[in-house]
Amino acid sequence: MIKFFLIVNKQGQTRFSKYYEHVDINKHTLLETEVVKRCLSRSNEQCSFIEYKDFKLIHRQYAALFIVVGVDDTETEMAIYEFIHNSVDVLDEYFSRVSELDKMFNLDKVHIILDEMVLNGCIVETNRERILAPLLILYVRKLKGSIFQTTWIYRKC
Amino acid sequence: MVALSLKLQDLIEEIRGAKTQAQEREVIQKECAHIRASFRDGDPVHRHRQLAKLLYVHMLGYPAHFGQMECLKLIASSRFTDKRVGYLGAMLLLDERHDAHLLITNSIKNDLSQGIQPVQGLALCTLSTMGSAEMCRDLAPEVEKLLLQPSPYVRKKAILTAVHMIRKVPELSSVFLPPCVHLLHERHHGILLGTITLITELCERSPAALKHFRKVVPQLVQILRTLVTTGYSTEHSISGVSDPFLQDQETCGGEEVQILRLLRILGRNHEESSETMNDLLAQVATNTDTSRNAGNAVLFETVLTIMDIHSAAGLRVLAVNILGRFLLNSDRNIRYVALTSLLRLVQSDHSAVQRHRPTVVDCLQETDASLSRRALELSLALVNSSNVRAMMQELQAFLESCPPDLRADCASGILLAAERFAPTKRWHIDTILHVLTTAGTHVRDDAVANLTQLIGGAQELHAYSVHRLYNALAEDISQQPLVQVAAWCIGEYGDLLLEGNCEEIEPLQVDEEEVLALLEKVLQSHMSLPATRGYALTALMKLSTRLQGNNNRIRQVVSIYRSCLDVELQQRAVEYDTLFRKYDHMRAAILEKMPLVERDGPQADEEAKQSKAAAQLSEAAPAPTEPQASQLLDLLDLLDGASGDAQHPPPLDPSPGGALVYLLDLPCAPPPPAPIPDLKVFEREGVQLNLSFIRPPENPALLLITITATNSSEGDVTNFICQAAVPKSLQLQLQAPSGNTVPARGGLPITQLFRILNPNKAPLRLKLRLTYNHFHQSVQEIFEVNNLPVESWQ
Repeated sequence: MIKFFLIVNKQGQTRFSKYYEHVDINKHTLLETEVVKRCLSRSNEQCSFIEYKDFKLIHRQYAALFIVVGVDDTETEMAIYEFIHNSVDVLDEYFSRVSELDKMFNLDKVHIILDEMVLNGCIVETNRERILAPLLILYVRKLKGSIFQTTWIYRKC
Repeated sequence: MVALSLKLQDLIEEIRGAKTQAQEREVIQKECAHIRASFRDGDPVHRHRQLAKLLYVHMLGYPAHFGQMECLKLIASSRFTDKRVGYLGAMLLLDERHDAHLLITNSIKNDLSQGIQPVQGLALCTLSTMGSAEMCRDLAPEVEKLLLQPSPYVRKKAILTAVHMIRKVPELSSVFLPPCVHLLHERHHGILLGTITLITELCERSPAALKHFRKVVPQLVQILRTLVTTGYSTEHSISGVSDPFLQDQETCGGEEVQILRLLRILGRNHEESSETMNDLLAQVATNTDTSRNAGNAVLFETVLTIMDIHSAAGLRVLAVNILGRFLLNSDRNIRYVALTSLLRLVQSDHSAVQRHRPTVVDCLQETDASLSRRALELSLALVNSSNVRAMMQELQAFLESCPPDLRADCASGILLAAERFAPTKRWHIDTILHVLTTAGTHVRDDAVANLTQLIGGAQELHAYSVHRLYNALAEDISQQPLVQVAAWCIGEYGDLLLEGNCEEIEPLQVDEEEVLALLEKVLQSHMSLPATRGYALTALMKLSTRLQGNNNRIRQVVSIYRSCLDVELQQRAVEYDTLFRKYDHMRAAILEKMPLVERDGPQADEEAKQSKAAAQLSEAAPAPTEPQASQLLDLLDLLDGASGDAQHPPPLDPSPGGALVYLLDLPCAPPPPAPIPDLKVFEREGVQLNLSFIRPPENPALLLITITATNSSEGDVTNFICQAAVPKSLQLQLQAPSGNTVPARGGLPITQLFRILNPNKAPLRLKLRLTYNHFHQSVQEIFEVNNLPVESWQ
């Protein structure tokens, strides 16, 4: 079961957070700083999986943002690793060339997308088109530049 | 007049523009005040905007509980945008502990039955995140209805909501069980995924569901097979037209992984299901494309599944080999997961994992902390008696270079492994010494005790150990455990140290004065703990008897410490000083070499018992008659020198069988000469009293009688008390009985032990008095035991 999903930037500021298990609000910041500290201290050659208390943290870096997912023992790390990549793919398709600012200013849409993908800690949908379908009914896809741009350019450092 | 409120984007801009924490707080507080005012005014148009801002602020960590009521109002509104923000707010702000959450139950119910899919989706999402037990119970029928709806969008969400409900209220599993089988027939990936999760949850909760779902194992196998072979189903389309631009393998392995996990649960401990799965697992294991991470995830899950079910041996070897292959992969993540999986397997398939030992040991050199920790655990688990020397070398090299947080684990792991598998004592002592010098501060407290005990037990190694410890101590007195052990050794075996000749290391000429100087240095050093100082002082004292020179220096040191501030040290010093002054004649006796301390570890006890029993069995079995014949002759000698024909010696029952029976009873007692037959002394209405006799050979005057009271009648015997009397020349001791009730119809009998000392070998006479209640009558019996066997007192 996924316990939480965080998007944090390199300075340690939380850009997006979603908890699937109840954590007190004052514990939120504490948890986030701890988690970020551990992820930031990892260099690129090191493993993406960290153990923290009774969670496992799986993190992946994309340009200036870290995406960290905390899971408990029942999930396989590799599958979650792929899931992170998948979610970034989806965001990329929606925002075309998603950047940190996009995520910040459209927080509610990121929430919707993630809600389509994960329900109560379990992955429910992984198909890009299906995830974005309800969103497209509401909002027009944000296009920057050419309409037919389908390349997703994100830098994975 | 409230100023026009900011849009969410503007707020975010402002917060980003704040240069310091204080500024940011200011901005946020101002905005919160606006929001609160707006809520109070009840402006319906901009409410959702305000709440969105509030949620952003909440994410940053500021209190936002005043928005809870607004969430409710927004949910109840009919506009979709309002509902969306309202539900989001509910998910983030409300939770079970506040009573407000029950208020949305009604709104959710309405929304669920409305039939507009996005709205239903939202409601389900919220319900599954924060639904409490009461809410789940109320809304279960609605969710169940939605499970059967045609639209897949809502169905997949409904399924996962069902999972949540079952977690909260396990009784609902009976509600959601029937639709599952039906749902498995769906081809829609989202629904399949959800259904698998639901079934997994059901099976984990109840064994009845487990049995029920074992029937669908063939179906699951079929689904998985389809997924693996075709890799992609043509179901990926929104409006019925499949998109040619979509990539293959959109599924990222999620469903395969889930199905494999479910198969694992279903196949555990169940032969039949495991067999159906065997082929499929082999197929998956060989056919999965490992160039992408998704494939690797599936492969790992397959390996774990193979290990957990009753699979064929060939399959298991295949699984371990797959993991071994992963260990050589260049991607660190894969290596990490491979190490973790191997750790799980090492218990069950030790030999298979041993094959990959060299690779695992290589992983110890990793710079990555998670990897090296895993590699360390796995290496420690792989140590066995054949590879212990090589492994220890590697681990010791690792210990020297490893990061500090792993040191303690590594040190204790090495010590434990050394204890279990040490080939020779000397090697063991060497290893512990090495660990103490490299990581002395990180070892456990009982390492010192263990080492002293070990050294004490290895007599031939005393000289060797004391020399090595002296050298180690001379170099470095900061590692406390090492200093303690060294001080103890020098104290005990100081004479061996000064003799200087030890064939195993180069002879070192050590001067008395040097030794004393070293110990004094330890005493005075500020790095020494009080316990260490105590060790050093005692060692100095012991040296006073071991060394030939005069004891002035020692006496001086001891008298200095009489006024030490540390109470423990002061007490010792005063005692030792008094020993010098008043009780000098006793000093040598008091300070002589310590006997071997009894080790109180349970493992050592068992071994000791087993080895003793084994030793006795081995010496008793080949020559049972000889020692016993001679013992019997000795006994007979004691009796007025009659030389063996006075009486026919009681049957040399010590046939190996009989001796063995006794050996197993009393592992530490040598076999008794002959068993004395039991005697039945009393019988009344089904209550029986038996006497059995034992004469321990090491104490010929002692006789142990065990009385056993049994009850074969229909009524219980209660308040059973037995008293005994013997003639004056004998001494009798009664031990406490095992109880005072004997249940009816052969219930647990009462036993009681009498000890009779008969040094003069006077004829044994025994009078017994019994009182008990039986069939609601109190019974009292006094009688003398006749027919006591002669062997009991001769």
